[in-house]
Parts: sequence; structure tokens; C-alpha cells
Amino acid sequence: MIFNSISALGAFIINVISGLGVFSKFTWELFCKSGIALRRPRLVIDQVHFIGNHSLLIIAVSGLFVGFVLGLQGYNTLSMYGSEEALGLLVALSLVRELGPVVTALLFAGRAGTSITAEIGLMKAGEQLAAIDVMGISPLRRILAPRLWGGVIAMPVLGAIFSAVGIIGGWVVGVLMINVDAGSFWAQMQNGVDVFSDVGNGLIKSVVFGFAVMLIALFEGWYAKPTPEGVSRATTRTVVRSSLAVLGLDFLLTAVMF
Amino acid sequence: MSKKTDFLVGLFVLLGAVALMFMALRAGNLSSFSFEPTYTVSAKFDNVGALKARAAVKSNGVVVGRVKNIQFDNREFKAVVELSIETRYQFPLDSSASIMTAGLLGEQYIGLTPGAEESSLVNGSEIMFTQGAVVLEELISKFLFSSAEKEGSSGNGQ
Repeated sequence: MIFNSISALGAFIINVISGLGVFSKFTWELFCKSGIALRRPRLVIDQVHFIGNHSLLIIAVSGLFVGFVLGLQGYNTLSMYGSEEALGLLVALSLVRELGPVVTALLFAGRAGTSITAEIGLMKAGEQLAAIDVMGISPLRRILAPRLWGGVIAMPVLGAIFSAVGIIGGWVVGVLMINVDAGSFWAQMQNGVDVFSDVGNGLIKSVVFGFAVMLIALFEGWYAKPTPEGVSRATTRTVVRSSLAVLGLDFLLTAVMF
Repeated sequence: MSKKTDFLVGLFVLLGAVALMFMALRAGNLSSFSFEPTYTVSAKFDNVGALKARAAVKSNGVVVGRVKNIQFDNREFKAVVELSIETRYQFPLDSSASIMTAGLLGEQYIGLTPGAEESSLVNGSEIMFTQGAVVLEELISKFLFSSAEKEGSSGNGQ
């Protein structure tokens, strides 16, 4: 009984560590075969279109509503201290530093990561990847690398759009609806938000999250069991693992950056 | 089909660039970065408080420059602050610099008070008359000590 539980614990730890090893090896191979992204940019452009353009609507709408809510909640709290003018600063800083990159990455994992995992998993289940391999074309190079770079390009663009739309949402609620003074709303924001340390670091965060989400999505699809159930499990794991990875990485990056 | 995809992807990336520009110019402080030519002068302070690089240098409340960097002079045991002041603003050689605080708890900046000398500060010159930051804790402890002393002396008198 005790032996069983101890050996189960050991097996779990060994599984985690070897999984990490497989993941690192996969990442390294993918990077080594990424030259195709420069040689045939059309493949990457198609992926940016599929991953980015199709996620635009949900990102913009979510950003707008997050901005609305930040405007309302921030106003309620700040008006207790008579400093409603700082509303712009609060909305902009929380969006640019944290909410923009993180919420975008979570939505991105749900919207684009799952579809990539399912696509790769089904290609594997339909033995299309094996067929490509037999034809002498590396599926890592032809199928996976363009998706990785498409996602990595699309993610910071989406994050920037999220933050900008969110700031506009905060402005709509704060200035147009609650009548916070427009001049001090923008002036406080401009005084407090630094281009490099806030906007720049937010952008770096988005790029890191883009890498994390895409790598996890591709990894799960690549190693999915080639059955309907295996693909569905892989899709679920993509959402769970990439969300956790994004939140954990966000903590690390915030601790390093700010 | 691929022409259309190209166009849509271009539009998408353009939208992202516009969003970044919006954040940098409207929400951020890129517009307050000035590309005016500047000259650098230094000033030695006893205490710079919480002054940071890129803090404003103001004269009569108008921003005339920025703090370039802050270092410690190990021979005089003073803080050396380098100020870059826009070339279109000229100040007399005997101007004085003091570290001020915006509001009671606001951020710190350097206030320049012009003097009366004929010649102006040039690149590399040093501001002689400085006044360091007022540290709130020191003020409070001074006040407490003085009131305790007063109490002590009045107690002796009785």
C-alpha cells in the first residue's frame, strides 16, 4: 500500500521531468527548422491570417468590455478618495502592464491554441503527417513551424489592440458617461505611463506568451493520441496548460520587470 | 484568394501598429520626449531624496529639461546630478537648483531659479548654489526633538 503510493509518486515525478525533456527537445527541433518562415513567408502569412485576423473580433470586444468594467470599478473606488482624475492612469496602467497581455493570451489559448491542437491532432489521426513525412517533407518544418511563427507574430498585435481598445473603453465610461474631466484623464495617463517600461514591457510579455501558447498547442497536437478521444484530451490539455503557463510566466515576468 | 489574405493580414498588422502608436502617443509619454538639442550641466546636492533619472527640470513651473543621470561623488560625498537643459533656454551662471516635491507626496523634480549674472550656463558647467531634498522624516524628527526640548526646559524651570 505504502510502496504503491511511493512508487506512484516517483512515477509521477519521472513523468513530469521526462515530459519536460520531450517538450524542450520538441521546442529545439522546431526552432532549428524555423528557417522556412523566412524562405517561404507565404506560409506564415496564411497562418497570421488564420490565427490573428479571425481572433480580432473576440479580442476587440473583450478589450472594450474589460475597459468599461475597469472604468466603472476604478471610478467607484477612486471617487472614495476624491481622485477620479487618476482613472485614466489606473485604466491604462492595468491594461498595458497586466490585463492586456494576460487576458489576450488566455483568449488566444482558447481561440487559436485549441484550433491548432485539434488541426495537428486530426492531421496525425488521419495519417496526413505520416504521408507528408513519407514524401520526404518534414512536417515539423512544413506544418508546425509556420504555425508557431504565425502565432508569435499575431499575439503581440492582438495584445496591443486589446490594450488600446480597453483604454478607449475606459475613456467612454469615464469621460463620456461619468463625466470625469477629459483633460486630466489623459494628462494623468501620459504622466504615469512610460513608453519603454510600461508599453514596451507589455509588448515583451505578449511575445513571450505567444511563444508559450503556440509551443504548448503544437506540442499537444503533435503528441496527441491519434484517436478522437486523444485529440479531444489534447485540446483540453492545451487550454489548461497554456493558461497555467501564461499565468505563471506573467508572475515571473512581472517580478523581473517592475 | 492569396491577394486578399495578404491585404487582410496587412490590415491586421497595421491595426496593431496603430494601437501601439496610440498607446505610445496618447496614453504614454512619447510625445513628451523632446528632440530639442540640449546642453548638460551638473549640480552637487547633499541629498537627492527620491529623485530619479528622467525627472523634470522646471523653472517657474515650466519644464525646461530632464535629469540625465544621478551619481555619487566619493571624494566630496555628495550626489552629482546631471541635468540636460534644452538649448533654447539659457540660464545665468549663478542660477540655483533645488529639489522640490510636486504636492505633499508627489514625485520630485528640480527647480531652477535664475540668478543675475551676465554670462550663461554652458555645456559642462556646474550649478554652484544647490539645495537638497527635504526629507519628511528629518522634518518630523526635528519637530519632535524641539518640542521635547521645550517640554524638558519648561519642566526644569518649574
